[in-house]
Amino acid sequence: MNYDVIVVGGGHAGCEACLATSRLKKKTLLVTGNKENIADMPCNPSIGGPAKGIIVREIDALGGEMGKNIDKSFLQMKMLNTKKGPAVRALRAQADKVVYQKEMLNTLEKEENLDILESMVADLLVEDGKIKGIVLENGQKIFSSTVIITTGTYLKGTILCGSHKISSGPHGEKPSLYLSDSLKKLGFTMKRLKTGTPPRIKKDSIDYSRAVIQPGDEEMYHFSFFNQSSYDVDKQIPCYLIYTTEKTHDIIRKNLNKSSMYGGYVEGVGPRYCPSIEDKIVKFADKDRHQIFLEPESIYYDDIYIQGFSTSMPHDVQEQMVHSLPGLEKAEIVKYAYAIEYDAIDSKQLKPSLETKLVENLYTAGQINGTSGYEEAAGQGIIAGINASRKLDGLEPIILGRNEAYIGVLIDDLVTKGVIDPYRLLTSRAEYRLLLRHDNADIRLMKYGKEVGLVHDDIYCLFQEKLRNIERLNHILKNVKLNPTEEVNRYLSSLDSAHLYDGISLYDLLKRPEIKYDNIKRYVEEDFDIDVIEQVVINIKYDGYIAKANKEVSKMLEYEKIKINDCIDYDKVSNLAKEAVQKLKEIRPISIGQALRISGVNPSDISMLLLYLKRNHYE
Amino acid sequence: MNDIIVAISTALGKGAISIVRLSGKGCIELVNSCFKGKDLTKVLSHTINYGHIVYENNVIDEVLVSVMRAPKTYTTEDIVEINCHGGIAPTNKILEVMVLLGARLALAGEFTKRAYLNGRIDLIKAEAVMDIINSKTEKAREVSVNQLEGRLSSIIRKFRQELLELLANIEVNIDYPEYEDAVDVTISTIHDRVASMKKSLELIVQESLSRQIIKDGISIAIVGKPNVGKSSILNKLLGEDKAIVTDIAGTTRDIVEGSITLNGVALNFIDTAGIRDTSDVVEKVGVEKSIQQLDKADLVLLVLNYNERLTSEEKSLMDMIKNKKYITVINKCDLEKKIDVDLSSLKNVIYTDTVSVDGIESLKNKIIELFHLEELENNNYDIFTNTRQITLAKESLAILEEVKRGIDLNVPVDMIAIDINRMWTKLGEILGENYSDELIDQLFSQFCLGK
Repeated sequence: MNYDVIVVGGGHAGCEACLATSRLKKKTLLVTGNKENIADMPCNPSIGGPAKGIIVREIDALGGEMGKNIDKSFLQMKMLNTKKGPAVRALRAQADKVVYQKEMLNTLEKEENLDILESMVADLLVEDGKIKGIVLENGQKIFSSTVIITTGTYLKGTILCGSHKISSGPHGEKPSLYLSDSLKKLGFTMKRLKTGTPPRIKKDSIDYSRAVIQPGDEEMYHFSFFNQSSYDVDKQIPCYLIYTTEKTHDIIRKNLNKSSMYGGYVEGVGPRYCPSIEDKIVKFADKDRHQIFLEPESIYYDDIYIQGFSTSMPHDVQEQMVHSLPGLEKAEIVKYAYAIEYDAIDSKQLKPSLETKLVENLYTAGQINGTSGYEEAAGQGIIAGINASRKLDGLEPIILGRNEAYIGVLIDDLVTKGVIDPYRLLTSRAEYRLLLRHDNADIRLMKYGKEVGLVHDDIYCLFQEKLRNIERLNHILKNVKLNPTEEVNRYLSSLDSAHLYDGISLYDLLKRPEIKYDNIKRYVEEDFDIDVIEQVVINIKYDGYIAKANKEVSKMLEYEKIKINDCIDYDKVSNLAKEAVQKLKEIRPISIGQALRISGVNPSDISMLLLYLKRNHYE
Repeated sequence: MNDIIVAISTALGKGAISIVRLSGKGCIELVNSCFKGKDLTKVLSHTINYGHIVYENNVIDEVLVSVMRAPKTYTTEDIVEINCHGGIAPTNKILEVMVLLGARLALAGEFTKRAYLNGRIDLIKAEAVMDIINSKTEKAREVSVNQLEGRLSSIIRKFRQELLELLANIEVNIDYPEYEDAVDVTISTIHDRVASMKKSLELIVQESLSRQIIKDGISIAIVGKPNVGKSSILNKLLGEDKAIVTDIAGTTRDIVEGSITLNGVALNFIDTAGIRDTSDVVEKVGVEKSIQQLDKADLVLLVLNYNERLTSEEKSLMDMIKNKKYITVINKCDLEKKIDVDLSSLKNVIYTDTVSVDGIESLKNKIIELFHLEELENNNYDIFTNTRQITLAKESLAILEEVKRGIDLNVPVDMIAIDINRMWTKLGEILGENYSDELIDQLFSQFCLGK
């Protein structure tokens, strides 16, 4: 059997990757250990949030599935940071894990060019530095032009609970035992990472009377662009907030050495942004309580996820810990918390297209690249899928800039800086975050989705109409002038806004911080969509800041434009620092811009490099 | 960066001994190959060894050789210092031998550059070292030494740390909106934090600008019509015969520079050719130059003749300098008064004559008064000493101004954060260090976050 593309692993990266390639008419095989675990959420039952929510929007603009799928399966929607600026607003959904998986599996099964196989991959077929296919654990060979590995935490997965250590994938699934070694044999540097998950408890065993309810928003939201469907905001399922107690902290302190982490049983590096509860108590000893969120996982079973309570304590200690929480005195633990260790590759061994430098037509995406989070995985998945497909078609890869997408920031960080602990996207990683907003992901990226072929004409038409309306509204606002009549000034006074002495356009009036679109709507004769108004108003209100960001971007792009040929011999560049030569050889940046971001490459090295490039250009 | 560099590290020709310094991998072996004495490759690091430099069987000099092995050296590379006898000939000969054996002549400041590139010192320190090398006066050296010890670096670092903590807090508010332990940063928090920083930075910049004269000295142009006595005043100030003094108008055609030190600050005199309308081509060049010099000068000494009426050129000269700092020197006061100007209308008038030196002392005192040189004695030297630093500091202040505007307009905190971030980066440029993951590191060490 011959395929164009084989995707190994059916998590969030794998789903986006195989959907992208099959939708781009590449005969695709998805190999997964267990169909039931397609698009599994082994940790938080939520999708989105700051930075992450914006990735979901970006995936949607590129023609991916995550946004559409969570729109079909959420328990509640919440827009975060609404009191802050537009750049950091972020949508987050609590997901119904069961529905999310079922819907995704459905989508995959309906896909014409996609086959799904339940099996484990043991080895890769490589000839002359080019991938040729895979070998299953039963010895069967399957050939393909391209392989995308998206194995998540399954590579040599080990679950830890106190001193107890077993070889396993998430929640007892079979781990991938051999693939890591075959990658190592091919020359990949493997690293050991660690993450963890909190216990789940039975819904009925919780006394919610002492918890603070956290309902969904009263306004309706969707992740996917142009999704017109409606839902009953009152039927959203709430989360609850409680706090750890002094007793919880005592139990943890007393039993600290029994945890896998503090007992010294863990070799992998854990993520800084999601420390276990024992980490929090040790490192932030002055805090007398920590927030804990109780989150539903599905309406089809009654597991409640204890967010903020991830631990690697043995079961008996976990029992005591859970029972020390207010309202959870009688809670029944359904699944115990555990830490999981797994192998990942050094992401510096990847090109910005996510193709590996060592093996042609081999791509990796998701946690195997050292990231964490469903959204980060999916973002890489769709890019790997798109670029694998484009390579087969002889097209240039799509590489999103740091000024274009959080996905661009993510991949650039991975291939340029590498990771030490599992990488999570944060808004602070994006230097141009004012440009990378939730609201404008379509404006930033839908053109790529269209060009690639994943965004269909009907959606693209809607998008173009939106662009036209934005232009139209801008035109109206610039041309409708208010005169300093008594009536107008009286109205402005009522809004606590200064009187007019000359005529002013609505556009300029909107620049006043106290004036909202609703205040001037009465002077606009046409009705516009809320999305259109939002775009226009943001651009008027934050014009100065956006201009500043754009200026920074054009400075950066100057450096991005200076490409470095892949054949460059860094030993021939005179006066480069030793460390710079080593780093440049390792990362092989595609542009001066990327070279600038490599730690250990100093500005003086860049000058030398520029000098060399210039000289060679003229020779 | 891999080759061996060599330079004469002491002032050539002065002093009883000279030092030839080498840095780079293999420099110990290189010196050892022409050294007769102990085997330098086997001696302990940071030792001084007696012996001779011998090249092609000729003894070049009797020397003491200091061997310092990487990494605890100035450049963090292997360093050898050869202490030889002073004097131009032997020192140059040793340098030549080193080059013949494979070392490369160091570029100006290259030892310091290596120290910077190898991460031993930050940019402010590197620049301070360059300033020591170039500094003309003792006071400028003190400022440089002070910086080298990192006092200014540590002030800037403190500012950066404060900004970083503020940013980390803002970022946590954004990325973890439901996290209660991080108090929301509000506009007034930013205002309070930034206001005091702005004030101190402004003070440092102001001080730096006025103290830049410590390093560069005060440049003084002496102007006046030909033969008014400019050269002789200069000579009296310098205490030596620098300018050619004749009675024929127009003999001082070149711009003669001379320096004296006054209260530790260098006064650099520019003796200008007499300014007058001239058809003599050679002199015309001198005159044009003089007008240019006027613009660059920190202080103008306008010399007028007590014994003559004011000419139209002198009147236009007075007009040219009216917006500059200037002292009017009325020369030849021992002669008959013919000058036809209301002397009380002129600024800073000093009377002098062709023979005595009394006037010169009062001239010096006037300069001290005008430039507050007496106050330079206090040792508050937290200032930037080069133009690059001052420029960056000014840019930082401009960004702070934008922060303030954002605060006034009630712009969302996450947007003001963009400018705070720029400010933090800019201050990093002053130190020559920018580590982009610093913010992320701060975020996780300052706050307790997690799932």
